Amino acid sequence: MRSNALRYAGLGMRYLLLIVVTALVVIPFFWMVTTSLKDQNKIFDFPPQWLPHPVVWSNYKEVFTAQPEFLRQYWNSVYIAVLVTIGTCLVGALAGFAFAKLSFPFRNTLFLVLLSGMMIPNEVTIIPNFIWFSKLGLVDNHFPIIVPPILGAGGIFGVFLLRQFYITIPKELDEAAEIDGCTPWTTFWRIMIPMTTPAFATLAIFTFLNSWEDFLDPLIYLNSSKLFTLPIAMNLFTDTAGTAWHLLMAAAVMTTAPLLLVFFFAQRKFVEGVSTTGLK
Amino acid sequence: MRISYSKQSRRKAIYGYLFIAPIMLGFLFFMAGPIIGAFGISFTNYSLLQPSSFVGLDNYRHVFTQDDTFWTTVKNTLYFSAGLIPLNLTLALALALLLSGKLRGMGLFRTAIFTPVVTSVIIWAIVWKYIFATDAGLVNQVLHFFGIQGPAWLYDKRLAMPVVIVTSVLKKVGMNMVIFLAALQEVPKMYYEAATLDGASKWKQFTKVTLPMISPSLFLTLIITLIGSLKVFSQIVVMTGGGPGTSTSVLVYYIYKLAFKNYQLGYASAVAFLLFFLVMALTLVQWSLRKRWVHHEE
Repeated sequence: MRSNALRYAGLGMRYLLLIVVTALVVIPFFWMVTTSLKDQNKIFDFPPQWLPHPVVWSNYKEVFTAQPEFLRQYWNSVYIAVLVTIGTCLVGALAGFAFAKLSFPFRNTLFLVLLSGMMIPNEVTIIPNFIWFSKLGLVDNHFPIIVPPILGAGGIFGVFLLRQFYITIPKELDEAAEIDGCTPWTTFWRIMIPMTTPAFATLAIFTFLNSWEDFLDPLIYLNSSKLFTLPIAMNLFTDTAGTAWHLLMAAAVMTTAPLLLVFFFAQRKFVEGVSTTGLK
Repeated sequence: MRISYSKQSRRKAIYGYLFIAPIMLGFLFFMAGPIIGAFGISFTNYSLLQPSSFVGLDNYRHVFTQDDTFWTTVKNTLYFSAGLIPLNLTLALALALLLSGKLRGMGLFRTAIFTPVVTSVIIWAIVWKYIFATDAGLVNQVLHFFGIQGPAWLYDKRLAMPVVIVTSVLKKVGMNMVIFLAALQEVPKMYYEAATLDGASKWKQFTKVTLPMISPSLFLTLIITLIGSLKVFSQIVVMTGGGPGTSTSVLVYYIYKLAFKNYQLGYASAVAFLLFFLVMALTLVQWSLRKRWVHHEE
């Protein structure tokens, strides 16, 4: 009897911790969505409106009229994240394949040198990079938030991840391809790339997320609001009169929703991706 | 025969160099070059506003002896790390242990707790700032309902940092939880069976079997979380702007302000370089101690 009671108490404690943490995580999403649908004058009501009444869908439309460049900024974020993701996968696959499958002098030394780049914080190189890009007239331009992420730390992570993947592919496969007259390029493009899909998925998820939430680089490099990406565009909802919370929350929902949808549909891939890279 | 072989391997080598060329050039131009550049600039008073000159070790001397703000930001950064890491890792481990058992609804909890990881950190910080707003924030409204006058969370020197820490933990705890969950699944069941046969308590099993077996993941997440916490920036900009006063001004925020608000790029580089040394030292510690601290390694 007593041990049963203890067991239930233990089970209750477990659920309690899980429920508390889950609540803390879900509340911001709930509050973000409900606020985005509230009448502007009801936002600061006391007691707070848990559910919006009336439901003001037009807040979402108003985002685009209050911030005429919001659509443009949304597009900027999308196309930059897509380019960075494709570029990183490509650069990572090329070098990852070379480091795993081709032999050339200084291969391992070069790989170690490259890996050492992973401990160089972006926060340190950003100053010389900024000076360099401003001399080249590339400030207030998307170039510095597309190319260095592909060819810098993000790319190195890609090389590392995909090299690990290519190493697991049996040697016999590329030897057979070679005997059949494949050049390293055709082996890479025709045989390896199609096999890389699962590893690409993991890398793409990380890269896209990083680019989507990148804040420091756009903050430093972009001055004109038509070039802004979403993270820095959020600032525009605050002016001297205060913050338009109902519009800011609507913009936040639109920024968050696509990634959450992808996550809910491809959850398993996400979680596997995180845990495999975490374990290696 | 031999000639054709060496011809072929030379051709392979050329392909190899071509394949790694993009990333190697990127490394050279965007990482190795700039890090040397940053080191060089840190010995000048480079500024976008006036001509610059070589000042030797002046910047570093100034940082260490006269710059009180720098030491405040170091202290704040360490406060952030010291608050975040234990909370993040113990919570992640506790959640992973709970979710690795066969509880009902486990998948739902896992999904929910992982959700902030796929949410932009800026959005996360904005929503929490709104929730912790002084007059009409959700937290204070709920407190008001119970007749409590809520504090000005983000405008109070003692409270601002803890709020930033807790919300940062909630953003990333799902990531570490999932890594721990995967590690827990790798522990062979027979170890627990053997321990149970020997009469080991649940706590003994945890400290003698679970912890040693997942130590590689523990160590990895510790270092990643630590390095990440030393570079905290976005949440600070959004939630507190370094304030009130300098109570939440952290290292990267200070570097950002020096370089891109005051245009003291030379001095900012010196401060940034100290951050680089710190991160590099920690990474090297990770590499060298990995073998000694970690029991289970393939």
